[in-house]
Amino acid sequence: MALLSVEGLRTQFATGAGTVRAVDGVSFAIERGEVLGLVGESGCGKSVTSLSIMRLVPPPGQIVAGRIRLEGEDLLDKDAEAMRRVRGARIAMVFQEPMTSLNPVFTIGDQIAAAVLAHEGGRRRAAWDRAVEMLDQVQVPSPGERARDYPHQLSGGLRQRAMIALALAPGPQLLIADEPTTALDVTIQAQILDLLRRLQAERGMAVLLITHDLGVVAELCHRVAIIYAGRIVEMAPVARIFEEPLHPYTRGLLRCLPHPSRFGQPLSSIEGAPPDLRGADAGCPFAPRCPLAIESCRRHEPALAERRPGHFVACPVAVV
Amino acid sequence: MSVTATMLPVVARPRRRVSFRAAFGLGALLLIGGSAVLAPQLAPWDPARQMLTKRLRPPMWQAHGLREHPLGTDHLGRDILSRILHGGRISLGVGLTAVTLSALIGVTLGLLAGFFGGRADALIMRIVDVFLAIPYILLAMGVVFALGPSLLNVILVMGATRWVQFARIVRADVLSIREREFVAGARARGNRPLRLLLRHVLPNALTPIIVVATLELAFMIIYESALSFLGLGVQPPTPTWGWMLADGRNYVATAWWLATFPGLAIMLTVLAVNLLGDWLRDTLDPRLKV
Repeated sequence: MALLSVEGLRTQFATGAGTVRAVDGVSFAIERGEVLGLVGESGCGKSVTSLSIMRLVPPPGQIVAGRIRLEGEDLLDKDAEAMRRVRGARIAMVFQEPMTSLNPVFTIGDQIAAAVLAHEGGRRRAAWDRAVEMLDQVQVPSPGERARDYPHQLSGGLRQRAMIALALAPGPQLLIADEPTTALDVTIQAQILDLLRRLQAERGMAVLLITHDLGVVAELCHRVAIIYAGRIVEMAPVARIFEEPLHPYTRGLLRCLPHPSRFGQPLSSIEGAPPDLRGADAGCPFAPRCPLAIESCRRHEPALAERRPGHFVACPVAVV
Repeated sequence: MSVTATMLPVVARPRRRVSFRAAFGLGALLLIGGSAVLAPQLAPWDPARQMLTKRLRPPMWQAHGLREHPLGTDHLGRDILSRILHGGRISLGVGLTAVTLSALIGVTLGLLAGFFGGRADALIMRIVDVFLAIPYILLAMGVVFALGPSLLNVILVMGATRWVQFARIVRADVLSIREREFVAGARARGNRPLRLLLRHVLPNALTPIIVVATLELAFMIIYESALSFLGLGVQPPTPTWGWMLADGRNYVATAWWLATFPGLAIMLTVLAVNLLGDWLRDTLDPRLKV
């Protein structure tokens, strides 16, 4: 049994200007100790998917269909109190913005110790020691002193490490990392990715990594799901995605990356813009921008099909 | 090097000034508070004792001033200094308890309205609107009239009419704080709503609460004097600063000291409280503490 399985998840936002279908029938599974990358451009439903798993979709957003199973238990059936006990303890989250994700009026040691106390109980002194130990594990230099610092006294990289320590203190089985390195500069990014990889391997923890950065995916993920307009269009082991992408959108994304073989040429882009998520249901959402689209693409929405072992594509035209 | 050389004094100066102000505020407040507490020991005269042969004597440094009445006497020959010392007990006590009461009510309701929004917000803010629509003095008059003027009733009425100041400010602040990412993060770590409110939202809303509390303390002292002036506050002969101020008004053309000294006492208190509030706000904000 997979650690987390999401089946047919639909999350919609009822706005005055129509219902936005931010997540529109997403299914995937994460095994224990696996790192799954969820990749897509801005507004494609990556973050709403992660918030749906935590059941923290802000109003007017609503999960209207689907199942989210953690070790077989459906999270959507849980009452508020049971769901609260899942958050943090079993599924933890790291956000994009290390600048604003820590409470500015408490020291980071205080905040981690509070998370430890809430989860394990025990004495304040022991919780503080545990907080310092966590900071040490995320490779914060002189953790005993840094624990007494307020968030504004730390650099972005150190803050993100503190965030990771805070998320991992209760020992979650699944970490949802929502663009964990986007706000950091490149050298710090690499350090944070190294750290995540090491902690993931040490703890055998599963990670759902949400990103728009294919470089991050290549660094960290075992499998990748490409999401477009609230739907998964391709899902495969990481090497397959880079070596042999099947979906025209995935191919377009990869062509947008600079590559030594195309040195000197301008970077390509995907023509057009993502569709309005309030739009009609018919057809493949990528069809208007797709170079391979045929007549039937505009009428029937393609289902995700296993075209090769472990390699799922939602495109009937894709060249296998 | 030149950068650090020019920047250092800029960084250092405000810190020194803040600590001087804080020391002044704290010192003045301790002096006022201490003399209010020790009034029975410090006051040279019984504040209610009338000495009709010594009516309207000016302070001792003026002609006809008496050494035994350093700040002069009022129209009934009562010693002004003794009355100010004793009046401080009432004015400060009433002000502090009334501010505490109104802060408790206002902050609680403001937190609930801002954090939970929706129906709770609508209900609480409509009550606030009702309170704002009725002039608070009128409200206080009605209530004191019905319950009868006593020290406790005055405090209750003052607290119960001014809480809207706290509620509005806190609600507005909470509306922005609850959207900040660390609150979302705390929620994602499975914190209970009450804990989110008390540990993550309230401490970040403290700054305006402290500022409003210091302003309100000043206001409450004046408010009490207004009620006293209307005969609804603390009853004579118990001296309060507000009552002395109102009473001395009638003689201000001929005997300036009747109203001036209680006025100075109010001013000094309010100033000290504001300075202390400033300092408190700065110290409690870790971003300014580096």
